[in-house]
Amino acid sequence: MRRYIDFYLSSMRISILSQIQYRVANYFYMIGMITEPVIYLVVWSTIANQQGGIVGGYTAGTFAAYYIVWTLVRNMNIVFTPFGWEWRIREGNLSMELMRPMHPIHNDIAYFSGWKFVVILLWLPLAVFLTWVFKPTFDITWMEALVFFIAIWGAYLIRTMLLSLLGMITFWTTRVSAIFELYFGFELILSGRLVPMTLMPQWVQNLSNYLPFKWTFFFPIETLVGAMSTQELWAGVGMQVLWITIGASFLSLVWRAAIKQFSAVGG
Amino acid sequence: MNTIKLAWTYMRIGMLNELQYRANFFIQLFQSAVAVGTGLIGLSLVFGQVDNLAGWSRGELLAVMGVHILMGGVIRSAIQPNMERLMNDVLNGTLDFALTKPADAQTLVSVREFRFWQLTDVVVGLVILVVAVTQLQAKMEALQIVAFVAALLMGAVLLYCVWLMVTSIAFWVIRVGDIVDLFQGLYAAGRWPVSVYPDWLRTGLTFLVPVAFAVTVPAEAMTNRLTGETMLFALGLTLLFVILARVVWLIGLRSYSGASA
Repeated sequence: MRRYIDFYLSSMRISILSQIQYRVANYFYMIGMITEPVIYLVVWSTIANQQGGIVGGYTAGTFAAYYIVWTLVRNMNIVFTPFGWEWRIREGNLSMELMRPMHPIHNDIAYFSGWKFVVILLWLPLAVFLTWVFKPTFDITWMEALVFFIAIWGAYLIRTMLLSLLGMITFWTTRVSAIFELYFGFELILSGRLVPMTLMPQWVQNLSNYLPFKWTFFFPIETLVGAMSTQELWAGVGMQVLWITIGASFLSLVWRAAIKQFSAVGG
Repeated sequence: MNTIKLAWTYMRIGMLNELQYRANFFIQLFQSAVAVGTGLIGLSLVFGQVDNLAGWSRGELLAVMGVHILMGGVIRSAIQPNMERLMNDVLNGTLDFALTKPADAQTLVSVREFRFWQLTDVVVGLVILVVAVTQLQAKMEALQIVAFVAALLMGAVLLYCVWLMVTSIAFWVIRVGDIVDLFQGLYAAGRWPVSVYPDWLRTGLTFLVPVAFAVTVPAEAMTNRLTGETMLFALGLTLLFVILARVVWLIGLRSYSGASA
């Protein structure tokens, strides 16, 4: 255990130090990323205003709150991508990571969670700007804030598991980009990334209850923006833990089969 | 003349290369289908609530979506691959190989890559556009189609100029790979007509990253919204950007130091 904690802390420190060097590059990325929610926000607040101020329980102000929190949640959701897995398997770089005396997923998790500290730091001015421009309405209790803090890390872990599993398909076939795109399409619709789930048709909402996606976007955002009871808040965290456990179990299962498929020279 | 011959030669090489991998066509088609599917879902969510968005009807927004996908295909087949290669060349010092060739360097770095299968999106975008126009039951006049094609061409040139200028930043900053994300993010804003956006954003999408001229204006041509003034303005802006891009490129090139080729 001690060994893992040491490893995580060092990896996180390394990633913070190296990512802070690339502030400009990181900012390019973040500004590009922020246009996506701004588009959704503009479209939906236009609709809310056209409808007399409210649509599906959201006003222009709560839409603004939703999509501003979205930007932080989205940043937390960035994990080692399936395209990264594809590259690492195709180029044989995985060989090097197999030399380490622990599962490569630990390095991914540690490195990206260190990066989050840089990202959050860079995100703050953007959040201030968006708040100033779009005037969100917030009503946050300390309990919601606490659950939000836990939920964004829960979302991070769930998405790490899901995207790693997706990326590991590359062990069996190299034509993966179409599968990835399909996955991201489903995620967009079923996670609350496109619109709050409550604006979706009922059957889509029902479907999303049985899938992990909404626990990575909709739930963490709603902890701050919505009005959930204490019980609902913690039940949500419970669902996140459940999905992390399911994801991790699948990951170790698939990994054992996958690694037998792997052959590479060099790397 | 030489420029066209050069571009055509590289295009042919690119095509021959990609035609070896026919299965990629189906993958590309599938990806386009996913993109169209999510786009249509977005539209139907909007029109489940209202019957027009800031004065644009469903059919008109479908036309915007068609142009957006079409132009996206142009970017990903001809503009983005060249600029990504340029970024890598500056980073690795391999731009030497382009600079030492006896052709204009800007032309050369702009035509070296061509992704044939990405043109699938151009076709898909056109199909959507035709469906949209049929839905609108608008009669197409020859002049309208000419205006549309002209607007589309100017839009593509404008986007190329902006890409080139921003990629030229690589001469000073070196690591600019994330610019691709920046562009894709901003380009996504073209999914909706720019008149939807608040003033500050609309200004940015008109003059900084002219998504307005690349997508909204051609779509306006197809939906009877285009005025002669807008066209003239687009022409002026295009000429200005062509000159600006040339200047930025030349200044940037002076800072290039191929270290390791």
